[in-house]
Amino acid sequence: MNAPATPKYAAYVCSGCGIGDKLNVPALEKVATKEGKMALVKTHEFLCNAAGVQMIRDDIANEGVTHLCIAACSRRAKAEAFQFAGVAMSRANLREGVIWVVAEGADHDEVRQEMAEDYVRMGCAEVKKMAAPAGNVKESSSKKILVVGGGMSGMTAALAAADAGYEVVLVEKTGALGGFANNLYKRVPFNGPYAEPQEVGAGETAAQVTGNSKIKVYLNSTVTETAGAPGRFAVKIAAESGSISEELCGAIVQATGFTTYPLDKLPELGGGQANVVDQVGLEALAKSANGGAIKRADGQEVKSVVFVQCAGQRGHGGNGSGAHLDYCSGHCCATSIKQAMYFKDQNPDVDTVVMYSDLRVPGMGEDFYRSAQQKGVIFTKAKVNGVTGGNSCKVDFKDLILDEDVTTDADLVVLATGQVPTAGVDLDEWTATVTAAESGDAAAVEKKSELQKISVLNLNYRQGPDMPQFKYGFADSHFICFPYETRRTGIYAAGPTRRPMDMFQATEDATGAALKAIQTVENVAQGRAALPRAGDLSFPKARLEGCTQCKRCTVECPFGAIDEDEKRFPVFNEERCRRCGTCMGACPVRVISFENYSCDTVGMQVKAVNVPDEFEEKPRILILACENDAYPALDMAGLQRMTYSAFVRAIPVRCLGSVNTIWITDALNSGYDGVMMMGCKRGDEYQCHFVKGSEMAFYRMSKIGDTLKQLGLEEERVQTQEVAITDNTRVVKLINDYVAQLTEMGPSPMKGFG
Amino acid sequence: MTTANPKYKNSFLKEVEANVEDGHMVKMCMQCGVCAGSCPLGPHWEHSPQKIFMMIRAGKREEVLSSDSMWMCTSCYNCIVRCPRKLPITHIMHGLANYAHRLGLAPQGQPTRDIAKLFWNNIIKTGRVNELTFSLAMYFKDGFGQGIKNAMAMQGVGLGLVKAKRLNPMEILGGHSCKDKSGIHKMIAKAREIEDRRKGFAQ
Repeated sequence: MNAPATPKYAAYVCSGCGIGDKLNVPALEKVATKEGKMALVKTHEFLCNAAGVQMIRDDIANEGVTHLCIAACSRRAKAEAFQFAGVAMSRANLREGVIWVVAEGADHDEVRQEMAEDYVRMGCAEVKKMAAPAGNVKESSSKKILVVGGGMSGMTAALAAADAGYEVVLVEKTGALGGFANNLYKRVPFNGPYAEPQEVGAGETAAQVTGNSKIKVYLNSTVTETAGAPGRFAVKIAAESGSISEELCGAIVQATGFTTYPLDKLPELGGGQANVVDQVGLEALAKSANGGAIKRADGQEVKSVVFVQCAGQRGHGGNGSGAHLDYCSGHCCATSIKQAMYFKDQNPDVDTVVMYSDLRVPGMGEDFYRSAQQKGVIFTKAKVNGVTGGNSCKVDFKDLILDEDVTTDADLVVLATGQVPTAGVDLDEWTATVTAAESGDAAAVEKKSELQKISVLNLNYRQGPDMPQFKYGFADSHFICFPYETRRTGIYAAGPTRRPMDMFQATEDATGAALKAIQTVENVAQGRAALPRAGDLSFPKARLEGCTQCKRCTVECPFGAIDEDEKRFPVFNEERCRRCGTCMGACPVRVISFENYSCDTVGMQVKAVNVPDEFEEKPRILILACENDAYPALDMAGLQRMTYSAFVRAIPVRCLGSVNTIWITDALNSGYDGVMMMGCKRGDEYQCHFVKGSEMAFYRMSKIGDTLKQLGLEEERVQTQEVAITDNTRVVKLINDYVAQLTEMGPSPMKGFG
Repeated sequence: MTTANPKYKNSFLKEVEANVEDGHMVKMCMQCGVCAGSCPLGPHWEHSPQKIFMMIRAGKREEVLSSDSMWMCTSCYNCIVRCPRKLPITHIMHGLANYAHRLGLAPQGQPTRDIAKLFWNNIIKTGRVNELTFSLAMYFKDGFGQGIKNAMAMQGVGLGLVKAKRLNPMEILGGHSCKDKSGIHKMIAKAREIEDRRKGFAQ
């Protein structure tokens, strides 16, 4: 699209790294010239060195080369050397993909050479369908960062972004900055020697925020509407007074924190009874004592206190009936240690017992734990069966070390209850409510407006007003690869709204989220993708004249990047797009493509492979491998010189979600014996970079059976596998087993008809 | 529940801290159980060190002090080497045994306690161990008849030792002594006085 009027194609074959020894390079050149129809074909014995790269540069400058195919190592290797602005480039993987994985010896010379020639054909075919992506620079892109929530996480994110030179808008629901930290008497120490509680410091942080000229603070305010996309979020901020301000922001950090699990839901542990408090209740007592003897609500001085850890947490592993929170809130052990110190520091004779099932004090918390032991805090591994409040509280518990049931008494019992995230609207609930409301259910209409009130961001996305929620109502997070990433590009969750954490972790989390927000506004301003394809200039385009308004792309996009216009045509918000190509894989009429990645760039590679007839007994198997995990695993197998069958031809794809079924039917029609797709782990414990991509692929392929039957093919000829980046050994076995299985099955009956 | 030693209160722990060698380290145990798993005599103890420490914190004074567990310690030091919290477990065990013995709460007839008593009484006499009288005291500790039986059973070993000049029969007359016997006696008396003062056994 952006290519000059006269494209010129060139291929460069590297003979270094043993390629020249193992392969017939002149024959490869011939393939590139004759079959690949490359105008310029050159060989270099060390293509990635300065001279080799300069040769390519010179050709681009002097010969007008616009498209180049580099037949050398994997596209994952030497990416910095082979970086040429303004030209389209494909890579034929002769090193990791051929010479390193095909068995040694003259017996294999023929298949090795055939494999290499196919990869050269594929590289040439691919580049001819590519264009150099030009990016999508918007004239007015805001680099301002909106932070929702003025607690420790939000304030830290705002300060981090402001310190890095960015304008920040901070919206806080209450009348003061500080959030939950305002409840605390002291905090768990942030730094060495991790022996004593520290001053909370929320006030100082708040003063820094209000004193920072780059940060604009809205107190008593909420976000009532967020429209647009990264770089151009139009945000309406409503103050309690009713006045509405509008801000244009580039990225959003949602740091909306948590609430504590309600005490009255824990009657079995004495919740709601006199002299049974939760941790925040004890903070209040300690605050009012202010260094003096801590007194109960009835004014009596506390001489003995029992801390019950995991109260209503960790399901049946914790204390309480198990009908409460399933997870560990992470901070409570250190918090109870700190609170026990409140007593011991004031009066060492106060009996403080911490009843835990597992004391979890990660990092330097171990030093803090030791310090409490030094101060004489008793730690007892116990399962608490019940607490009775009153003037003298009774704690029934089983001592898990001594294996006996005991009752002890205490003036005060502190329950370490968990964190409940404040992440806005649950989108599943939202979707159900909206569907019901649209069908005229009056109760649903009312519920919809209730939900809108608890929404944090009030996004006008078609998927709902907030980001999707992860397990247990925590804000979305790509837990395994990019913890700050949510499925709403440019919107980052930070702090305990994302996962349970303590104050120190929250401040670190907030700094990370601020950096992610900065990365996004900078990338968007240059028309590039944000993570995980950070810097990618390509973006999807739809040939709308061919579109059948089926809405599959809008529905299946994991990131809510595609809206619909009134005629139900897709409207792409490129700034929200992660460039995974799930829309491209979804499109039944194949009208969605990227400049450098499309149905054609892969389709032509599939067709470029030379498929031998059935009498040659050389099957051909197409591998569509996710470039994030499976393709690196294949490369790694090569790096370790594991050998796999030379009958496979691997094509990297951006995500298995981008695989369009046309590639599979094309391959089978051309006489391939099988197609194997390798994507990431799907389901709740997904590892897909694009969250839903591999899931979509598995779903789509589950429907391909009928197509195979129509073609008269066995279902086994198409396989979908989950491959992790560490599966280099397994990937070799998968390939070899599959080749053996297909060999036994016999050649595809489609051979010769293609 | 609320007796002189209320449960899960600090009182007994404080008593141990004040009166037992290295007792101040008991509170530092993190209940990992490595000591219990490392002890070669583990299966033969009533209470592992881990449990003893927990019992101290739970205020189980009688049970701890009358336990035979610390008497079973062979001082192999496996637990000290492996304790991630660097508790001197062996020393604490000895300290507890000694404290229980002084209080008269240690188990009666516990063989390690008996041999320790005999050894102590033997060595403080002259400042040197008299192996002959010590062995005989061991043989006869359960009565005269049993003593004769024990001695007869061991006579081969005894004669062999005599032949090899490893056992001098003349030691029965009092035996060898260190140079300053009365000095040793004074030293021991002074040490005892200091220990009594520290541990609250004022006499």
